Amino acid sequence: MPQLDFADFAPQIVWLIITFALLYAVLARLVLPRIAEVLEERQDRIADDLEQAESLRKEAQAALEAYEAALNEARSDAHITAQVAHAKLAEEAAAQNEELEAKINAQASEAEARINEMRVQARDEIRKLARTAARQVTARLIGLDPGDAATDAAIDRRLKEGV
Amino acid sequence: MTVAHAAGSPLEQFKITRLVEMEVGGLDVSFTNSAVWMVVVIVAISVSLLFAMRKGSMVPGRGQSVAELSYEFVANMVRDNVGSAGRAYFPFIFSLFMFILFANILGLIPYAFTVTSHIIVTFAMAITVFLGVTVIGLIKHRMRFFTLFLPKGIPMVIAPFLVIIELFSYLARPITLSLRLFANMMAGHTLLKVFGGFVVALGFLGIGPFVFIIALYGLELMVAFLQAYVFAILTCLYLNDALHLHH
Repeated sequence: MPQLDFADFAPQIVWLIITFALLYAVLARLVLPRIAEVLEERQDRIADDLEQAESLRKEAQAALEAYEAALNEARSDAHITAQVAHAKLAEEAAAQNEELEAKINAQASEAEARINEMRVQARDEIRKLARTAARQVTARLIGLDPGDAATDAAIDRRLKEGV
Repeated sequence: MTVAHAAGSPLEQFKITRLVEMEVGGLDVSFTNSAVWMVVVIVAISVSLLFAMRKGSMVPGRGQSVAELSYEFVANMVRDNVGSAGRAYFPFIFSLFMFILFANILGLIPYAFTVTSHIIVTFAMAITVFLGVTVIGLIKHRMRFFTLFLPKGIPMVIAPFLVIIELFSYLARPITLSLRLFANMMAGHTLLKVFGGFVVALGFLGIGPFVFIIALYGLELMVAFLQAYVFAILTCLYLNDALHLHH
């Protein structure tokens, strides 16, 4: 077994010490600080980015809140405007209604007055016709003209009796 | 490499050959094939990591992701097992993990040499961890460090036995730690080589062991990672014992 050749021990140990010391020096001085630096830099960068993302998120949140507030305000404004418009419209409609009613009433009363007038007129006409007819019938029957006043009185009397 | 060699002794791949003979003050410091692969390992780690991190982009590419992943893998391992006190030892544990991982994986390349298949290398790493951890514990806790061998709430009657058992298991740590890695690497490579020999020897029928080798190779890749992970996590646990003393 070549591993147990004691004469080979010394050169192996010596070169192991030399090479390992060199490796340790290179790694401890150059390589490991370099890797640690890169890792730390990345860690910092990630932390920074996360921080930035957090602040951006907050900003976005604030913007959203502002937007919602504005939206709510606009909504209530619109509501008020709508109410005002509604009230105004209702008022106008009521006024128009009233006006129309007044007009209709006026027309109705006018029409009523006319109807009354016409009724009176018709009654007078009927009375006149009745008087004429009564005078003519009387004249034919008894050959005597009773005259307007007497006929009227007779008609009135008959009307009062409710014939 | 000749067929004769490929079908040769499965242990031949572990042979140390001196490429440049050197000696300093009577100590043999020859540049061997093992040293070549140690250099390859540390160059591969350094170059690949530095290349992967050259841009250091915010959004990592493939290479950078792997580099960052390996960093975070070991960093989490240290944080979970040692806590914040282990931060100072993170570069060492990261180096250890990467060294073993690359040595194991690069050793799987055909004709490559596996640095961690030698007990002396794994033992050197284990004993360094063991001594380092013990010294750290002694400096931090002084004499209280030895309460590590006496778990709380133990009756005084069995305490002496327990202290002996705990002491032995503590002293066995560098041995178990180094043997586990070494044995896994050596066994895997030997097995690969044995079946490789079968493929050559059986000629056309070699397709059978060849298919087996492919499956075994996948398993060995997993073992390569797993053993590096086990070595690193045990180092973390030992360090945690020394730093916090809770058992």
